[in-house]
Amino acid sequence: MKRSSLFVVQLLFTLLVCAFMLVPVLMSLLAGLTRNFFVGLSSGLTFDWLVQVWQAYSPTVWLSLQLAVACAVCVCVVGVPAAYALVRMNNRFSRAFEELMVLPVAMPGLASALALLLTYGQFGAFRSSWLFILVGHVLFTLPFLVRPVMAVMQRQQLPVLEEAAASLGAGPIKRFFSVVVPNCRAGILAGVLMVVTLSLGEFNLTWMLHTPMTKTLPVGLADSYASARLEIASAYTLIFLLMIVPLLIALQAISARLSRGERR
Amino acid sequence: MATSARHAAWALAPAFAVLLAFWLLPLAHLIVLGSESRDSNGSGYWQVLSSAQYVGSLVQTCVLAMVVTGAALLVGGISGVFLARQRFFGRSALVALLTFPLAFPGVVVGFLVILLAGRQGLLASLGLHLAGERWIFAYSLAGLFVGYLYFSIPRVILTVMAACESLDRSLEEAAHSLGAGHWRVVCDVIVPGLAPALASCGAICFATSMGAFGTAFTLGTRLNVTPVAIYNVFTNYANFAVAAALSVVLGAVTWAVLLLTRRLVKNAGTVL
Repeated sequence: MKRSSLFVVQLLFTLLVCAFMLVPVLMSLLAGLTRNFFVGLSSGLTFDWLVQVWQAYSPTVWLSLQLAVACAVCVCVVGVPAAYALVRMNNRFSRAFEELMVLPVAMPGLASALALLLTYGQFGAFRSSWLFILVGHVLFTLPFLVRPVMAVMQRQQLPVLEEAAASLGAGPIKRFFSVVVPNCRAGILAGVLMVVTLSLGEFNLTWMLHTPMTKTLPVGLADSYASARLEIASAYTLIFLLMIVPLLIALQAISARLSRGERR
Repeated sequence: MATSARHAAWALAPAFAVLLAFWLLPLAHLIVLGSESRDSNGSGYWQVLSSAQYVGSLVQTCVLAMVVTGAALLVGGISGVFLARQRFFGRSALVALLTFPLAFPGVVVGFLVILLAGRQGLLASLGLHLAGERWIFAYSLAGLFVGYLYFSIPRVILTVMAACESLDRSLEEAAHSLGAGHWRVVCDVIVPGLAPALASCGAICFATSMGAFGTAFTLGTRLNVTPVAIYNVFTNYANFAVAAALSVVLGAVTWAVLLLTRRLVKNAGTVL
């Protein structure tokens, strides 16, 4: 098939955009593995920088993972019932609530963090624990779980299934756990992956909420960008990318599956 | 069904409690704090609105966010329509690669800009090679522009691709058969068809650029954009009233733009 010249121009443009997105990432990967980035590849490849980063910053990796898992659990506990309620109610109040829920994402993270800090900062034990960061992450990630779960719930025949369960004598709580939750597994999974990805990378809130004892991965990254040499910073970024890229690939696979279900 | 709606309302209670305690209450506190005055300088809001520096940073932040939004819509729109319409080898890989950076945090994007246009960056060595001088702009507003563009483009591409699916192709064919050229079809059929999606996606790009603290923080705290100004006022001067007032004003502007777009465009599919 012969392509028009318009096609070629558009393809070149898109490839250029792709290069803009990818070249810096590849440079960062390369810099993290090169013995001396200023000399170039001729200085040889090494894992030394990765080892050094791990020795200096591994607590940040563990804390970020802990936060991401805790955040996913909290958001599920709070968000799945909320999604169910919003789909079920579907009135003026529930729409207003949806707006309210999205606001912490639309607002600059720094402003939300400042509000939290100035209101709850005087409770020393809470302020200095990792739970303080968790609160910020839950606020920021909640809509990213509620939205896909709502989308899945709206497609399913939930009222019919629930009525069937109710006529067989299942109470509201039993119905929720044995009918509603199993039927929107795909939405929950997509939401959880998104929440974990976002929590691992959250910086705007976390930078204000963290203490020297509770440094997360992105906070450590900012530290290393400001003070460490380029190779260390790159190796650290490499570790971060290794953590989130598998999550992103899984996320793309799931959302492709979800949108196929939508069309069917 | 009335009882089930009541049960459903109970399921909303935990989420409501969390939002009330950790967002609405702190936000109200922030708004009140902004009106307090520490010394005889007047309230935080007055100090912000009467200071050329703070107003300047707000204007600069808004203009930068608008320029970024425009550029991202243009670039992402062209690539998005192309990727949605054409089928060719490697297309899905290209889409996947273009959408990954959506989840990169601002700090990482800032670092990528440094690698691209910093002191030891790619463009610096390229410039040294070609023109004999290092091209360095990472630590200026231009660097910030590149960074914001970096995380805005994937979002536009995703939204445009989704919106293209629901576009009626027969309209374009009709326009073509009536003798309209490519350019006319783009201006009169495709762009109006995508307008709702472009507007709401643009609003989100604008909001993200207004609050993008991470990128600005990595590129240098001397940049005069509002998130950095808030951070400096809070940490260096411990002036809580001004920091609160600046946050409230920044949040209000962002929210107003989102709300206005929502009023203008109903039911536009966006990628948050």
